[in-house]
Amino acid sequence: MRNAYFILAALAVAAVTFAVARSIDNAYVFFAGYVVLQYIVLATAWNILGGFCGYVNFGIAAFFALGAYTTVVLHKTMPFLPLPAMMLAGGVVSGLIGLGMGYLTLRLRGTFFSIATLAMAVVAQTMITNWNFVGGSRGAYIIRPADSPIFSGDYIQYLFVVMLALSVISVSLARAIQFSRLGFGFSAIRDDEGAAEASGVPTLKLKLIATALSGGLMGMAGAPLPYYVTYLDPASGFSLSYAVNTIAMPLIGGTATWLGPLIGAILLGTLQQVATVTISSALSLLLVGVLLVTFVIAAPKGIVGWFKK
Amino acid sequence: MSGLLLGGFYAAVTIGVSISFGMLDIVNIAHPAFIILGSYTAYIANSVFGFDPILSSIVLLPAFYLLGMAIYHIYDVSFERRGDASIRGLAFFFGVLFITEVTLVLVFGVDYRLVDAPYIGPSLHFGPIDLPLRLLVPFLVSCALIGSLQLFMSYTFLGRAVQAVAQDPMALRLMGANPSKIKRIAFGLSIASCSVAGAILIIIQPVEPSIARDYIGRIFAICVMGGLGSFSGTIIAAIILGVMESLTSTFYGPSWSPAVAFGFLLITLAVRPSGLFGRT
Repeated sequence: MRNAYFILAALAVAAVTFAVARSIDNAYVFFAGYVVLQYIVLATAWNILGGFCGYVNFGIAAFFALGAYTTVVLHKTMPFLPLPAMMLAGGVVSGLIGLGMGYLTLRLRGTFFSIATLAMAVVAQTMITNWNFVGGSRGAYIIRPADSPIFSGDYIQYLFVVMLALSVISVSLARAIQFSRLGFGFSAIRDDEGAAEASGVPTLKLKLIATALSGGLMGMAGAPLPYYVTYLDPASGFSLSYAVNTIAMPLIGGTATWLGPLIGAILLGTLQQVATVTISSALSLLLVGVLLVTFVIAAPKGIVGWFKK
Repeated sequence: MSGLLLGGFYAAVTIGVSISFGMLDIVNIAHPAFIILGSYTAYIANSVFGFDPILSSIVLLPAFYLLGMAIYHIYDVSFERRGDASIRGLAFFFGVLFITEVTLVLVFGVDYRLVDAPYIGPSLHFGPIDLPLRLLVPFLVSCALIGSLQLFMSYTFLGRAVQAVAQDPMALRLMGANPSKIKRIAFGLSIASCSVAGAILIIIQPVEPSIARDYIGRIFAICVMGGLGSFSGTIIAAIILGVMESLTSTFYGPSWSPAVAFGFLLITLAVRPSGLFGRT
């Protein structure tokens, strides 16, 4: 029941956000807001595996870009599909990849999983670069429709609303998991996997659920990307900055709860948008790296940890 | 043949990780970034002062050693003593990797950089076999590097102490020795090897900051395949990977070769996680 109230509240916040963005009446607000929302989804998704279970996934860019490239493929073969259907497809593809990766490596120590995901990003990029159907290394062009299909307004507003809905879904999902049997199983794995296994927690099954959920959400976050950028090439789709941002946000916000990634993503995402406009994009990435290292060393519980003593 | 020489070079690149990841259990994913840093210091020494890249990298060894000690010190104080080394340690090194890369981009830009040395152009000819010196020299240097590290590990007191830490840090602590001090030295050595590895990297191929990422998969694939911390295993695994990669790039095109390392890594992890030559 508490979940239902939470979802209603989240929807209300989302509606207010959209109303405020509409009242400003400037397309840039939607472009910048979209990126922040996208990072809310990515950070929350990462945290389901990284924060709750304690398994670090470095292959965010791979899951994210696979979602985006699923859209490119669907756009070329079945252009009549609505965007939410494409996102679902992207989520399924990335979720399955996550499941396969997890099945091969999660039985080992956590570090092997991390290294394997890191290498997977490079390989997925190699595959896409060599796949001519989706543009290969030249990249793919996607024409963004001019108007939103469901309400009057620019198409970017539609993308914004879709991403807003996805962030409501992922944050609610993360919160629901945190307070469910699943979540308790996850934290048991994080705290002491051997003890959890011995007390009858089905660790491999839970880890696979977490990997698939987390990968699937990342894929869904990536699916609208081709419409957002209108030109997608492997180098930008697999950019390491997605991985750094997505890992930095939960760690800065605090990894143990659903709230941490949300706070981290809003703060860091906004800061980065401002820094990109006012300083330069390379420096804003450097800023994220430095913040990540600083927080990991100095404030291991993140911003949420400051308030919970 | 060029695969064999390439493998020797990969062994030199990996040897540092064999020490840090294999022996000390520190997952230093920023290692390739330090190798690129080594390439750039060799590049500066070469293009600004006109020194030989390999000689200058040997001169710079102490600087990299100190850098490694400093990084280990931060790591030790903030993570190992608190006992939550796994996630935060990984994130820390990931941040370090990223900072190093972005800094290099900001300072040098994303252009490919080259060095100049007398042995880069010509080749040796033995009947039908061509040995390009720009692969042969790195191969010999990396053999020397690994050989000297192996001698250090087997015959000196410190080297044996490092091996003791690798086997059982708890027992070492009970004997009254301080494992972090020894680990700091070993980690310093691991980063020091980046200086030489970086210099031979820039001899073999032009370097730009983001190629560090291509090496992450390779390095860890070799390290795991070679059985974590075994030097001879590392060399054999590196040569296997080098040969496989050069065959792949001959038959399917160079754009596929990064996938080889990952395939190896995944198969090794799934089938035989202790490596081809690992104990148990």
